[in-house]
Amino acid sequence: MISINGLVKNFGELEVIKGIDLNIEKGKIVVLIGPSGSGKTTFLRCLNVLETPTEGKIQIDENVLDFSRPVSKKSVAQFRSLTGMVFQSYNLFPHMTALGNVMEGPVTVKKIPKSEARKRAEDLLQKVGLADKIDFYPFQLSGGQQQRVGIARALAMEPKVMLFDEPTSALDPELVGEVLRVMENLAKEGMTMIVVTHEMRFAKDVADEVIFIDGGYIIERGHPDQIFNHPKEERTKQFLSVFE
Amino acid sequence: MYNLAESSLIPLLEGALYYTIPLTIISFMIGLTLAVLSAVARISTIKFLQTLSRIYVSIIRGTPLLVQLFIIFYGLPNIGITLDPFPSAIIGFSLNVGAYGSEIIRASILSIPKGQWEAGYSIGMSYTRILQRIILPQAARVSVPPLSNTFISLVKDTSLASLVLVTELFRKAQQIAAKEYNFLLLYIEAAIIYWVICFILSLFQNKIEHRLERFIS
Repeated sequence: MISINGLVKNFGELEVIKGIDLNIEKGKIVVLIGPSGSGKTTFLRCLNVLETPTEGKIQIDENVLDFSRPVSKKSVAQFRSLTGMVFQSYNLFPHMTALGNVMEGPVTVKKIPKSEARKRAEDLLQKVGLADKIDFYPFQLSGGQQQRVGIARALAMEPKVMLFDEPTSALDPELVGEVLRVMENLAKEGMTMIVVTHEMRFAKDVADEVIFIDGGYIIERGHPDQIFNHPKEERTKQFLSVFE
Repeated sequence: MYNLAESSLIPLLEGALYYTIPLTIISFMIGLTLAVLSAVARISTIKFLQTLSRIYVSIIRGTPLLVQLFIIFYGLPNIGITLDPFPSAIIGFSLNVGAYGSEIIRASILSIPKGQWEAGYSIGMSYTRILQRIILPQAARVSVPPLSNTFISLVKDTSLASLVLVTELFRKAQQIAAKEYNFLLLYIEAAIIYWVICFILSLFQNKIEHRLERFIS
């Protein structure tokens, strides 16, 4: 469903992603782990074209972006609509209510009538457990609640794949659980998900596949049990030993 | 003396009501539009627009307002463009507000975190849409205090329009003072009226700021 070929990303002289190939099947939950600066976040942002890859090809279903030649703004915007992004720092729109945040994409991008968009936004907010907070502004919500609005906002565009960039890293420990539960429910519903996280428990319990990235390469990939209990590569072992 | 103060009050207030206040409001509206356009041009990726905006701001900020007004009103007739006092003043003041406002709005736009752009892009919004729906509404809040400053300065700057023959508050004061030989009284009276207008405006400023702050904790 998703296939990534020869993905390279340079920032000036600095090579951050040095060539990544990856195929992900529909409905799979893939967790990316790796030390900070390993390129895992940049890789995720390339999939949403928030960073424009230097080289390589990304494909979701029949939609292809080939970065060996210049890509048009229109094709990028269209490609983005296939992916939903959840940010570490939530990035909610502070001047809109929870409902307004979730409705924004459907109304302004998909041109869905307001009444219909509102109905769907309400359903989505209920799904993430915020039915009673729809008229709250972001500053009136806790971090965990803001992040759940962020998830609902991304889901509102009906993406084929959800991308999570360290969604719980900015949260107080007691708020992490509520966000992870929403993500687990999404996984159960069959959403394809790519998650960058330091929550090893989530990776163990929910992931279909764990990918260890370091130095801009995929070092090792496999079933969580294999990666966490029987890692083959020395660097994977080293990295995981920190979490024990 | 009390009689003069009383009899001159009505003409001065007329000058304020018919000229000073409309001049201020119209120039500010047009100027604000110019300011937003110029700021957006300046942050765009199109080199030509950037340069155009830069030159505009540089020329207007780098030359005296009075000189600009004289060029428009007394200078342009030499090339066949003759404007009445009031439109001349409107053009001059609008261009001024546009240039100063441009820098304020540009800075406000740049103060909005990058994550807001990214969040907009991530749900498929275009650059223009993000600017319009996400960035400018937030930048507006940031720019209210400095723009209020510009607005209040503008009220006072409109007194320069007296020199291009707009019969606004200050010109009225000059006319009556010259006739009655009481400069001190008339000019102080004019000063008080300017101050009252600015005082009322600053109350509005507080109100607007308060209203816009409801989005932040």
